[in-house]
Amino acid sequence: MSAGTPPRERRNGLAAIAWPAALGLLSGLLLLLVLLPVAGLLFTSSPGRLLRGLADPLVGPAVRLTVATTVASVVVIVACGTPLAWVLARRRHRLWRVLETVIELPVVLPPAVAGVALLLAFGRRGLLGPTLGALGIGLPFSTAAVVLAQSFVAAPFYVQAAIAAFRRLDADLVLVARTLGASWPRVFFTVALPLSWPALAGGAALSWARALGEFGATLMFAGNLGGRTQTLPLAIYTALESDLQTAQSLSIILVVVAFALLVAIRAGVRR
Amino acid sequence: MRHLVHYPLVALLASFLACRSAAAAPVQELVVFEAASLKDVFAKLARRFERDNPGAKVVANAAGSQELRAQIEHGASADVMASADRKQMDALAAQGLVAAPSVFTCNEPVVVVRAGLASVIRALGDLPRAERIVIGAPEVPIGAYTVQILRNGAAKHGADFPARVQAKVASRELNVRQVLAKVALGEADAGVVYRTDAIAAGGKVTIVTIPPELNVVAEYPIAVLEAAPHRELARRWIDLVKSPAGAAPLREAGFAACPRR
Repeated sequence: MSAGTPPRERRNGLAAIAWPAALGLLSGLLLLLVLLPVAGLLFTSSPGRLLRGLADPLVGPAVRLTVATTVASVVVIVACGTPLAWVLARRRHRLWRVLETVIELPVVLPPAVAGVALLLAFGRRGLLGPTLGALGIGLPFSTAAVVLAQSFVAAPFYVQAAIAAFRRLDADLVLVARTLGASWPRVFFTVALPLSWPALAGGAALSWARALGEFGATLMFAGNLGGRTQTLPLAIYTALESDLQTAQSLSIILVVVAFALLVAIRAGVRR
Repeated sequence: MRHLVHYPLVALLASFLACRSAAAAPVQELVVFEAASLKDVFAKLARRFERDNPGAKVVANAAGSQELRAQIEHGASADVMASADRKQMDALAAQGLVAAPSVFTCNEPVVVVRAGLASVIRALGDLPRAERIVIGAPEVPIGAYTVQILRNGAAKHGADFPARVQAKVASRELNVRQVLAKVALGEADAGVVYRTDAIAAGGKVTIVTIPPELNVVAEYPIAVLEAAPHRELARRWIDLVKSPAGAAPLREAGFAACPRR
């Protein structure tokens, strides 16, 4: 054996530096890209100006409406999306796969196009317009339209997470439960749901965050009326037209509220 | 008539010159910042300008006047600014970013009515008969004008006229095109937009003119930027926009000469 480090060890020595350096550099770049704009939002305003922005009459109704509509949207998405994901996760036929892809479409649609699509479906002259009109229901420009728009754009995030979670379930567990005589509902509620719940909660959080930031589809389908359809993102855009300070204050509320709720959900899931 | 006869000749000459100078001189790019409502008209004028000024190429940046102002304030390089709103131009002038703005055309708000309701809403005073009205948010220029028009309308249609209209407002949109889209789609019965937008919608909406004594006028100012890389070309562009040759496409698009004050 000659003196000096054996080649394998030397390579390890290089990797010991290069690997963490590469990890640090690449993840640092992405972190900066996300953190810097948030920091810009938070630190270019003084507390006094921020408080004055918060006193704007747009703020109160917009916050209340945003909380109410996004909670309603998540309830709708979870209530309808969980059974849908359960069905889709357990079917192998090509048609079901097509349906799975269709559910993803709202993610790629530009939001304003999503809004037009909603009008063409539920608007006065839309596909369901005459039916809804006969029943005396007018969806566009209503708070219900806000919930529909949010559910439309946010549902895919939950449904995809739920499908993936149900597919990861141990098939043997389900089989054993069934052979032991458990009915399908019982399997779903006592085996599938408890095992998938962290993934479902994560998907719901993502959906909720998307609903919170929803702007384009809401503006097109539900319009912009204070207290009825003007959610925080719409209020921010409205304020942006006249007063950057109010817009910035509102944006900070949106960021803080979203951050707090996402942290709370993460903590809840871990427990 | 005599002018028309010479057009082909002039064009031919111009194209010869264009070929020659394209080989000789580098292309000069005239950057024009223009309010979104001017886009189509300025595109037509740009073709003419490039024909008349060999070696010049017009590069357009069309956006909302507020956005254009913000871009210039943040150091965007441009030669000409044409705004749909005096406020934005005055702010730029106050900062010494543009030189001597002047108004070159005017645009007036009109009521647009959805298909099938033209017989119900025939004048400004009929607005309260609509079931759903969509207007601009008071933060954007068209919304502020609408509030002013409704207030003016109180003189003729009763003190409660603004309130009766506002009671039917289903949405306060963030730009004119969204107001128009909702009336054109039939979701809203009526709205208030600029005449130029209403004309651009083709036959999808019916236009109801607002009496001039109740209406307001949107003035469009134009100016050369203080930091313009091509001052002389910029001045020639403004001359073209203000010439009779510039007035024709503006008139076609629905712009009008400004009322004397």
